[in-house]
Amino acid sequence: MLAAVLSIGGIGLVAAATLGLAAKKFAVEVDPRELAILEVLPGVNCGACGLPGCSGYAKGVAEGTIAPNLCTPGGSETVEAIADILGIEAITIEPQVAIVACQGDNRKATNKYRYLGLQDCNAAQKLADGPKTCPGGCLGLGSCERACPFGAIEMTAENLAVINREKCTGCEKCVAVCPRQVIKMVPLKATVHVLCNSHDKGALIRKYCQIGCIGCHICKKTVPEAYVVENFLAFADYEHIENAAAAIEKCPTKCIRDFSTGYPEGSSFPPATVPVKHPAA
Amino acid sequence: MENPLYLSSSPHIHSGETTDKVMRLVIYALLPATALSIYLFGLPALSVLLICTLGCMAFEALSCKLMKQPLTLVDGSAALTGILLALNLPPSTPWWMSLLGAAIAILIGKQIYGGLGYNPFNPALVARVVLLISFPVQMTSWTTPAPIGSGIDAVTAATPLGEMKTAVMLTGKLPEMATSGFGNYFFGNMAGSLGEVSALVLLLGGFFLLFKKVISWHIPISFIGTVLIIGGIFWLLDPSKYPNPLFHLITGGLILGAFFMATDMVTSPITDKGMLIFGFGCGLLTVLIRLFGGYPEGVSFAILLMNACTPLIDRYTRPKIYGQVEQKA
Amino acid sequence: MKLKSFSGGLHPPDSKEYSAHKPIERCPLPEELIIPAAQHIGAPADICVAVGDQVKKGQVIANANGFVSVPIHASTSGEVIAVEPRLHPMGRELPAVVIKPDGLDQWHESLRQNDPEQLDVDSLKNLIRDAGIVGMGGATFPTHVKLSPPEEKTIDTLILNGVECEPFLTADHRLMLEESERIIDGINILRKVLGIDQAIIGIEVNKPDAIEKLTRDCAAHNIQVQPLKVRYPQGAEKQLINACTGRQVPSGGLPMDCGVVVQNVGTAAAISDAVRLGRPLVERIATITGPGIVEPKNLRITIGTPLQYLVDQCGGLNGEPAKIIMGGPMMGQTQLSLDVPAIRGTSGVLVFREEDLPKMPAGPCIRCGRCIGVCPIHLQPTTIAAYARLEMIDAAENYNALDCIECGCCTYICPATLPLVQSIRHAKGGIMAKRRKI
Repeated sequence: MLAAVLSIGGIGLVAAATLGLAAKKFAVEVDPRELAILEVLPGVNCGACGLPGCSGYAKGVAEGTIAPNLCTPGGSETVEAIADILGIEAITIEPQVAIVACQGDNRKATNKYRYLGLQDCNAAQKLADGPKTCPGGCLGLGSCERACPFGAIEMTAENLAVINREKCTGCEKCVAVCPRQVIKMVPLKATVHVLCNSHDKGALIRKYCQIGCIGCHICKKTVPEAYVVENFLAFADYEHIENAAAAIEKCPTKCIRDFSTGYPEGSSFPPATVPVKHPAA
Repeated sequence: MENPLYLSSSPHIHSGETTDKVMRLVIYALLPATALSIYLFGLPALSVLLICTLGCMAFEALSCKLMKQPLTLVDGSAALTGILLALNLPPSTPWWMSLLGAAIAILIGKQIYGGLGYNPFNPALVARVVLLISFPVQMTSWTTPAPIGSGIDAVTAATPLGEMKTAVMLTGKLPEMATSGFGNYFFGNMAGSLGEVSALVLLLGGFFLLFKKVISWHIPISFIGTVLIIGGIFWLLDPSKYPNPLFHLITGGLILGAFFMATDMVTSPITDKGMLIFGFGCGLLTVLIRLFGGYPEGVSFAILLMNACTPLIDRYTRPKIYGQVEQKA
Repeated sequence: MKLKSFSGGLHPPDSKEYSAHKPIERCPLPEELIIPAAQHIGAPADICVAVGDQVKKGQVIANANGFVSVPIHASTSGEVIAVEPRLHPMGRELPAVVIKPDGLDQWHESLRQNDPEQLDVDSLKNLIRDAGIVGMGGATFPTHVKLSPPEEKTIDTLILNGVECEPFLTADHRLMLEESERIIDGINILRKVLGIDQAIIGIEVNKPDAIEKLTRDCAAHNIQVQPLKVRYPQGAEKQLINACTGRQVPSGGLPMDCGVVVQNVGTAAAISDAVRLGRPLVERIATITGPGIVEPKNLRITIGTPLQYLVDQCGGLNGEPAKIIMGGPMMGQTQLSLDVPAIRGTSGVLVFREEDLPKMPAGPCIRCGRCIGVCPIHLQPTTIAAYARLEMIDAAENYNALDCIECGCCTYICPATLPLVQSIRHAKGGIMAKRRKI
């Protein structure tokens, strides 16, 4: 018994000593600032900065080869913390989130064909440009949901992608994966958005979608400074959004939505809170 | 046209072969062995079979529900696991052990990895080995067959392999039963687990699977072939100490293992070459455990160990693709 | 003669009984012909007619756009009533010339008959290009490109593809039975262009009448008819070469890299028309078939005829169609509507009803390895597909995803009914996108 305890203990001691010596002898010099930066990064390796992971970004920032304000998931807090470490002035970034500019789920928008096969938006898009009749509408097969490293995207029962503003960090992974460019980056401060991505004329849109923008200009007439209409599609002008909500009731197809009163139909997310963390610029 | 047309990527026709059909065929192939085990061991065997099968299906349903996944009972894989588990247990297994085995097979052997298709180890064997190590007494209490209506009482006995191991360990010599007259084991006249008693009916099922192309010949042939060859070499070296290779063949779970457990598609290699290597490894380990290991029977351990090697084997047995020859030349 | 074949592949029910016994019928001219500018692999042709123009049959209405391109011709005489994007078999609206036939079906006066014996190789090649000849098996690769191998490649064998391994399709079968002289004439022209003697026609033994007929007719021409075991995808270039000659096309290479040129029998027939009669490719033979068609037929169709019109010639639809496929069931393309026109690559139109469709939910891979057994390229489809689903493009490339010929055998056999080919296509797209970036 004693022999066993001693031998195991002895082996343990020798191994520990060897490991300790090896760690000292073969230690790799690391810029302490790199480690400090890595500490303040979110650590999800999302790739929003353009590098494969957080450690790569930390290294780049510490070496000065890459800008210190590219970590959108970390937001201004992270940028400020990095600036502190580097002893430079923080260059604040306007926090952005992604929205799905479409509300045309299975009940509200028609399909030009029934799709069978791989449940992936990019695969479906290759067949006759996707089953949705609308050329810009959400295909609803969940490629963005799977691409999101933060679990911020849900698919409704009627196959519409909805992005949670509170969970979204603005890493743009979903934007990159969406074959229809229906996911847009918008300022976090704004909660009122025109949720449509089709430039087709109103008469055509009415044929395939109940909730698409028909380019009628009523929103612009109601709150002239908050909306622009280009090519039969309205956009919120995020520089002047104070009164944008006034147009919501007037929109004949209800394609303008205020996320602070609720997400698109079918979403399980509670209404968005207007951010207080990042006050409107 | 009321409904829009379907669009899909080619091809637009399918063979009609589906996972549940594959599973059903394997279950059919096991029916003769199950029937014989019920005949030979009577009610205890029936209860082990029922508890294992229904238990596996219940745990499968339960885990699907807990994980909010669609119910996968229709694919038949849970029922198959249950039957295979039962065939690997002694007829005298208490009901709670059968149920525990079912839980281990489905929950630990399969569902925690993500369900059908993702488990690295054969679920039924995982359960058997866990039970064997946890409850060595119950798991090695064997009885002789007592066919229904024959009036014979079941008596406690060792399996032929167990008897051989004990004798060799005590005396260094093979017992008499392992050197002559073991041919009648072929028809099921020996103590053992539900499914290992008759090589004959298992072979019937195995050939059915081969004929239906559910399994390919690679694993069974290389598994059994290796056992015969390696076992034969030892036998030739010292026939007083090592048994005839045919003794290896018809006793224990070799046939059950080679045709039904090692060929489990999920946990065996996918290429032909890989299957041959896999079968060879199973055979080698089986003989080594039987002759030199602490346990009398090594098929389960051999298959589980080779299951662990499957990803590695797959990695190194990629088939040479069309057009690769000329490219190098 | 000994039957040859390749390794891998499978034998789906060939369903050719719908139309194999039906002689080729000429399909009348429809109200309007929709002739797309893109009917071949390569750059679409440039449309060179305008609304209101009167055109004659065989007149160029769109010019070839570069070397890998061919001109497009009016397929009958009449008036151009529109030049606009129309729904194309590719599934989107693409530029097309719409012609209202005048009923006279007059050939353009510039078309002249030739004697191939009197022409040199270059003029033969030019005739083939100017006639718009493309691979008629469905791939529609411009034929003159295949006939112009670089100097360093030596071609010694011409293989004629009479396999028609796709289930349901019987157009090539009927062509071989009824018009073997056109095929043989085309083969002779091809041999002259390539400067070789050896020509092999590969035919599967499920067409014994065609084998017998061609063997008899070819005897005087030193053309070998090679009977082949029935096995899909034997009509794929690489597999056919392997079956007929035992050679393999190097991975990433072309048939010419192993000294072979493969042409479809339909292409050979079209070449004969183009050279001897001076007639461009304005019609082809297509099989209109499937359980959703009342009376399946083999039709000689005018390029640009809407599918609806073709279906009407075959007794119309049998029940409500659920899937319309241009080409065969293994590699054909599903169509959005019957309004699309038949084009040069339309080897068949296949109509399935709801009840004819396999609709089984995809389950998890059970690693049964059947996809590996049937893959004619000996790939591991399930492994590549798994990597594709995980967006592990490099790993998919390492498992030779780019060598996949998309024949569909793996998806056909998969007991988990996984869309393996579609996943592999996804991986191939990713690999190509990555290569473009570098």
